[in-house]
Amino acid sequence: MANLKTSEKKTKAQSMGLHTEVLTGKTQQKFFNPDEAENFYYWGTYDVDFNKRTDLDVKDLDCKEANRKIDDLMSQGYGTIVIKNPQGKHSLGVGILNKLNLIFEGSLGYFGVGSIDGPTVRINGRVGWSCAENMMAGKVVIEKNAGSCFGAAIRGGDLICKGSVGARTGIDQKGGTIIIGGDAGAFTGFMMQRGRIIILGDVGINLGDSMYDGTIYVGGKIGSFGSDAVESPMTKSDMDWLKRKLKVAEIGENFDFSKMTKVVAGKKLWNYDALEPTEKKGAI
Amino acid sequence: MCGIAGLIHRGKSSNVGSELQQMLQALKHRGPDSTGYALYAENDGINFIMRFKVGENVGEGSTSVNEDASVYDERKKLVDEMLKELGANIIKDEKLTPYSYRYEMQFDKDLMEFSKKIESINGVEILSIGKSLELIKDLGDATAVSERYGLGDVKGTHAIGHARMATESGVDIKSAHPFWGYPFSDVSVVHNGQLTNYWNNRRVLENKGMRFMSECDSELIAVYLAEKMRNGATLEEGMKDSLTGLDGVFTYFVATKDSLGMAKDTMAAKPLVLYESDDLVAMGSEEIAIRSILPQEIDTYDPFDGEVKVWRI
Repeated sequence: MANLKTSEKKTKAQSMGLHTEVLTGKTQQKFFNPDEAENFYYWGTYDVDFNKRTDLDVKDLDCKEANRKIDDLMSQGYGTIVIKNPQGKHSLGVGILNKLNLIFEGSLGYFGVGSIDGPTVRINGRVGWSCAENMMAGKVVIEKNAGSCFGAAIRGGDLICKGSVGARTGIDQKGGTIIIGGDAGAFTGFMMQRGRIIILGDVGINLGDSMYDGTIYVGGKIGSFGSDAVESPMTKSDMDWLKRKLKVAEIGENFDFSKMTKVVAGKKLWNYDALEPTEKKGAI
Repeated sequence: MCGIAGLIHRGKSSNVGSELQQMLQALKHRGPDSTGYALYAENDGINFIMRFKVGENVGEGSTSVNEDASVYDERKKLVDEMLKELGANIIKDEKLTPYSYRYEMQFDKDLMEFSKKIESINGVEILSIGKSLELIKDLGDATAVSERYGLGDVKGTHAIGHARMATESGVDIKSAHPFWGYPFSDVSVVHNGQLTNYWNNRRVLENKGMRFMSECDSELIAVYLAEKMRNGATLEEGMKDSLTGLDGVFTYFVATKDSLGMAKDTMAAKPLVLYESDDLVAMGSEEIAIRSILPQEIDTYDPFDGEVKVWRI
């Protein structure tokens, strides 16, 4: 390990009032680098070339080995990676924090492409539970169906499933857009806090249960509304945005938006205003 | 956590022993404690197959009390005597492990009375009775159990199986899945989840004369469905009723001589991935189970909350 005490990075960071605590022993201290931050680079990300393309067959690899290979290819500058034979393996393509064209030729298991920030992913198959969980930015397109907890806690980006999805889609969603071409299961938008969900088909029971904020648009039938989820009138802005969004998503372009139901939080469960001023400050 | 898998070939037989072994082995990470198979095999359809155990596997990881192996032989002798007394004609008997047996026999009287008598012998449990059902369960992963019982070549039309992570009860054969739908021949159940009204339901069902052999909550599903069928309900009606009668989270499979069914609770809290074609239905807790027998690209989906489906061979 480099001598952190004398590194330039540390000096720069400390001049900004950061990293005054010095960790010792086996603890690996990561220093914030103000120069890298200006270029919006995270630690462990790569500058890749989209025109540099390669295939990776993961048939005989476990998920750790496959993810290491993807990381290795990105470090060599490959910006378009085609994954062959994913065969329902779990946790493939997770934690990618840079721009990348990632194409899966087949289906993924659980937790596929979780915690990503930036890549454009196309999955020519189905995905299991919790696809794209905690996604920060980027675009993920699934050509077939998805399992439950689709897009759990995403904070940004576009997550698109052209087929149907299971229960609890967009649970705890904090931003971004989830678009479903088919039907969605029970508890869609459960506890969502921000962002938008668009379902062109039917949706199951308890839609938007305990949602704090955000918007859900449903094209088909609604099984039932969840606690504090209420219908709201569709506006011209809603329809304009939906039209743009679905065009970008390559899905439902000719859909009749006027028949959609818009669902928002009734805000009856909000207790934010009951907080003391000091508690409010803490919450912010 | 537990993993469940099932498949049904429509209109033909296949090597279901080997197929289910592959599916369950792919789910080993969901349940390494024990593995169970309910195979609907190509038997003659005339004689009953009874699988029973006279003791527990006390190998590594078991929570069972160690017994002297001599008691197994004593219990087996008592079973033979009881069978004679009940009028059962044993065609063939096989000792599979020191503690488990497979009998082929002729019997044409009441199975409930029969089972009660056999299980009145201390330490004896009937794992299954049926004309096509072969129910095998033991400690270890799918490959270990398959090799121990020689399941690799079993041909049949359908099968369900379970890879168990023990949470609600001990690591032993009596708590392992599948559960036989006592006293109905050829009925078996596997379950992934937890049932929260187990004791309430158990007390009610025991008062109605139904029997529980373990303290595993999943056994309730088999007994619950058996009681519904005893009162004239079809399998599908019993399964639909279970969506409200059973409380908790569950995905379960049930199989009979000629059908395979699945039910998912109204919260859809437990996973299930399903593949359906004209000649094969395969399903499991995770897609990798299905991929283990169908590596080519296929269309699969998650059944929705509160869904019940039944397929026939």
